[in-house]
Amino acid sequence: MTPGQDGQDGQEALSAAYRDHWGPLVALLVGRFRRLDLAQDALAEAFVQATRHWPSAGVPANPAGWLHTAARRRALDVLRAEAIRDRKVALLVVDEEQRLDAAARSEARARQEVEDVLDPAHVRDEVLRLVFLCCHPALAPEARAALTLRLVLGLRTQQIARLFLVSEPTMTARLTRARRKLAAAGVALRLPGPQALDERVGSVVQVVYLAFTAGYAPGDGQDPVRVETAGEAIRLGRLLDELLPGRDDVRNLLALMVLQHSRRDARTRSDGTLVLLPDQDRGQWHHDEIAWAMALLAEGSTRPSTRTGVELRLEALVAAAHATAPTAADTDWAAVVGLYDELEQLTGSAVVRLNRAVALAEVSGPAAGLDLLDGLDDRLPRSHRLPAVRGELLLRSGERRSAAEQFALALERCDNTAERQHLRARQGLALSG
Amino acid sequence: MRYVVLMYGDESVWAEADEAARTETIAAHDRFSEVVRDHPGMSFAGGEALQTADTATTLRHEGGRSVVTDGPFAEATEQLGGFYLLDAPDLDAVMAAIEHLPSYYVLEVRPVDDSV
Repeated sequence: MTPGQDGQDGQEALSAAYRDHWGPLVALLVGRFRRLDLAQDALAEAFVQATRHWPSAGVPANPAGWLHTAARRRALDVLRAEAIRDRKVALLVVDEEQRLDAAARSEARARQEVEDVLDPAHVRDEVLRLVFLCCHPALAPEARAALTLRLVLGLRTQQIARLFLVSEPTMTARLTRARRKLAAAGVALRLPGPQALDERVGSVVQVVYLAFTAGYAPGDGQDPVRVETAGEAIRLGRLLDELLPGRDDVRNLLALMVLQHSRRDARTRSDGTLVLLPDQDRGQWHHDEIAWAMALLAEGSTRPSTRTGVELRLEALVAAAHATAPTAADTDWAAVVGLYDELEQLTGSAVVRLNRAVALAEVSGPAAGLDLLDGLDDRLPRSHRLPAVRGELLLRSGERRSAAEQFALALERCDNTAERQHLRARQGLALSG
Repeated sequence: MRYVVLMYGDESVWAEADEAARTETIAAHDRFSEVVRDHPGMSFAGGEALQTADTATTLRHEGGRSVVTDGPFAEATEQLGGFYLLDAPDLDAVMAAIEHLPSYYVLEVRPVDDSV
């Protein structure tokens, strides 16, 4: 302990410990106790204890070790209490090797566990095992994302509930169900073998991107938690890039997220209204982050080996075309159209086609863009972006009345405060002529 | 752990299958059996093919009386056609093995509840 520090330092140390050590410590506790609920609750309790002690008694020299010891004691207390109540709880499946390893360590267990906390290679493997467990395809995609945010990044259930637009009890139930299913269905806490690795990393990449987009494309644009969450998803992407070095899918995902996130401060005005890409103050973009993402893209292979890797690289290159244009007028729209061409051929996605129409309109005029929108209504029946884009292109073609109708349709479908304000302004402009 | 693999399928597919398709279906079951036997820690504990759903008889309790009806409990295109009972180290091992079963099945994997 280093007494004499004031409460302010204690608070900062707590926040730093939460950010840096939550995921690794949960992973170590899951590896040791093979129970997600127990690991999570015991560590949460350890942080409560730290909140009580650190500000007055001083921050321990090794915060992670302190928290781990407190959490381990708590977990053992809970296990003893459960043994008295004789409750049977399903344990996660682990490999025989891991089980033997744990058994062999049982004599000198306490000492070994302290060493584990300090051993980066051991922590790395435990965190990866936990990530692959949370992102297992036996769970629904949203449950994977929620569980990963809760366990690996340590977001509170309340924050995750807001992110996925459900009530806190609903999210609590979803997380509980996901944890139970993993144990009951016998999903193993293990690194996937070489044959399954691409597919399983693909699943992890999807989860990270889902978490990122939940933060980036908010249901309600005035929620600051969402910007933080996008940042947290990037932290997870960075962690994956460290844990699984040299994987194109992970690296391209990271580049894509960093590029999109670099514009966060320019996306809304102080009153919460939305600023579209061409109108954004590019001086507010985080150019250091853009440079980092461009370096990631430059290092990566131009021909990634997995399909997910190719898709993410194309999307990142589109983001890069915008991020590196000094002004909106300098955007290389022809290159963007080419990238969306490739992306549409690869995915057949209606959303990609919508984006291609926007880019093509910049190169060849609004009529060419409008042509590309034909046939999308059946495929995107609830999208507010389709009528919004069509309205914009009609407005540019001078067809104000039809444009206003499209903006009205978009407004019917959109519930984001910031986007609605923008759509209303465009509708007003169309009607004013 | 012990798992049941429930095999659902459109019964008309089998009914209308020609000789070659039937041979291929049986070969798929054989490949699955080999994978299960070769996988460490994995083995068969049981399994049966079932006769078609029109041979099923269902019993329900309605208003304190038992009512027997002809046919399966739910009318659906996909009907339960058979099951395997497996011992396996974990879910991934089961999922990898059942990849080899005939592609017209929908396969539901359920862990056995050994607490009862």
